[in-house]
Amino acid sequence: MSASPSATAAPAASEAGAPTASRKRGAAKRRTPPSRRGERLVGYTFMTPWIIGSLVFTVGPMLWSLYLSFTDYHLVLGGDFIGLENYTAMFADPMFARAVKVTLLYVLLAVPLKLVASLAVAMLLTQSRRGIGFYRAAFYMPSLIAMSVGIAIVWKALFAAGGPQDQFMSWFGWDGGGFIGNPDVSILMLVLLSVWTFGAPMVIFMAGLLQVPGELHEAAEMDGAGKWHRFVHITIPMLSPVIFFNVLMETVHAFQLFGPAFIIGGTAGGPAWSTLFYTVRIYALAFVDLRMGYASAWAWMLVLAVGVVTLIMFRAAKNLVYYAGEDNK
Amino acid sequence: MSTTAAPRVIERKKRTAGAKAKSVVWHLALLAVLVVVLYPAFWVLTASVKENSDILTNISPIPTSITWENFASAFDGMAGVPLWRFFWNSFVIAALSVVGILASCSITAYALGRLEFPGRKTMFAVVIATLLLPGQVMLIPQYLIFSEMDVVNTIFPLVIGKFLGLDAFFVFMYVQFLRGIPRELDQAATIDGAGHFRIFFSIMLPLLRPAIVTSSIFTFIWSWNDFMGPLIYLHEIEKFPLPRLLQSYNNTEAVSNYGGMMAMTLLSLIPVVLFFLVFQKFLIKGIATSGVKG
Repeated sequence: MSASPSATAAPAASEAGAPTASRKRGAAKRRTPPSRRGERLVGYTFMTPWIIGSLVFTVGPMLWSLYLSFTDYHLVLGGDFIGLENYTAMFADPMFARAVKVTLLYVLLAVPLKLVASLAVAMLLTQSRRGIGFYRAAFYMPSLIAMSVGIAIVWKALFAAGGPQDQFMSWFGWDGGGFIGNPDVSILMLVLLSVWTFGAPMVIFMAGLLQVPGELHEAAEMDGAGKWHRFVHITIPMLSPVIFFNVLMETVHAFQLFGPAFIIGGTAGGPAWSTLFYTVRIYALAFVDLRMGYASAWAWMLVLAVGVVTLIMFRAAKNLVYYAGEDNK
Repeated sequence: MSTTAAPRVIERKKRTAGAKAKSVVWHLALLAVLVVVLYPAFWVLTASVKENSDILTNISPIPTSITWENFASAFDGMAGVPLWRFFWNSFVIAALSVVGILASCSITAYALGRLEFPGRKTMFAVVIATLLLPGQVMLIPQYLIFSEMDVVNTIFPLVIGKFLGLDAFFVFMYVQFLRGIPRELDQAATIDGAGHFRIFFSIMLPLLRPAIVTSSIFTFIWSWNDFMGPLIYLHEIEKFPLPRLLQSYNNTEAVSNYGGMMAMTLLSLIPVVLFFLVFQKFLIKGIATSGVKG
């Protein structure tokens, strides 16, 4: 199967490396053979739903929202072009600072914690022992339900004042109450919810770990390399494409957390804006306050932020990610 | 699959007393993780049969007394609309989404992955870009378009994207999968006189089956859980899918009927968990090979 995680991790690379033998371009382009013309027709026919859909529901809306971000459009009152005013207003808006702070804090806490947990458990699970299938399935299960409203409601109960977390922690002298009422720690509820879904990246890590040739470890062991040494110098480099993929996807998703944050903190991101996630604020601006122009500017700032982060990651990956068999590139 | 190659090397070592002790430690470590991971699930399971007063104060998953009252009130649903109605609404949206993905993503991916035509690379780049693009940026114009089309408060906005192959994730997954199929297959079929439609329906679709199964299961589960779409587009209680019901119930009735809320929550989670138990082999293989997120 060619759809290995490493291939997935580098869409751009696999795009370039795709078999091109049967797709000669250039000189042959002018006089297209009949079969080629048929291929074109079929290609466009098959792409028609996607082309229409993209223009109407993806590319079109993107351009439209870019335009809206330069207006003070209100769903009921309408609006006019106001240039960059939304963007300058954003930086003076205390809610913007709060939302950015909450979202960044969440990304910086949730992504590393979740990935470290998932890699650690994945390494335990790639040893050959009984019951792996069971553990793997049990650990994966939360990933399928964690983002549901149902689990968000369960979470509210687990972290309520006097609830399980509060009682459990007071045995150790905690007096901060339930996380849900305490603005200093309420974000941890969502971080823990994210860590709870470590099973999804874990399964991807497991697939990656099983691709690391056993001979590498055996050879290093014979040369006297200890466990930690082998982890740092063999496992991590061999796994780096998968690590990159997981870090990228988890980060991009973490920036967009919505459902659980909405249920737990409401549109105001309570208590005291401590769970005011960026996307929740976009929703409140657009669909509660109906200030769709301003909300569009917020949304575009998110695109910008995610874009910059993604770019930095791809740049960093050039030096940090090792693709086996591509040493000469 | 070469996935079993590595562990076998370790397996060959003889089991000594030391290895046994290691195995015990291994199981203990994983059992500890298991307890933490499953605690919330067990908690909601038993909370659904606890008395209202017992739910928040009793940290133990074991109820002090069992009551079935919670389920009775959960089945009553909300505002005179019975619970089964919300299940049905969720099911219709999820089923339509699955059909849409099947119909659209396979043809889109076939064109992008196996055919050559001007603009293909650009279109594929757009697919990749939407994979990473925060969807929030399209939300507002999409809402304006759908309200212009007069389809707000119907399920149309929730499923139309699925029928147009806009789920970049699955298109990408199918493309990756199709690229793994040897080109000689199409060439042989072409020599035998098969056209592209023939190749697609008789060769590619059957070979795509594993990807189709994985994407169907995930589409069902994701659409079952989806909250933002229904939050924005559905406003009448008779049309609510389960997540919307839970959210409204949580805001209104839960204050007086916490147990009913827990029973309802549990019932809403059961289909996904069952689905997972039935298909878990498929799912995990699918994630491992295509990097699907949960």
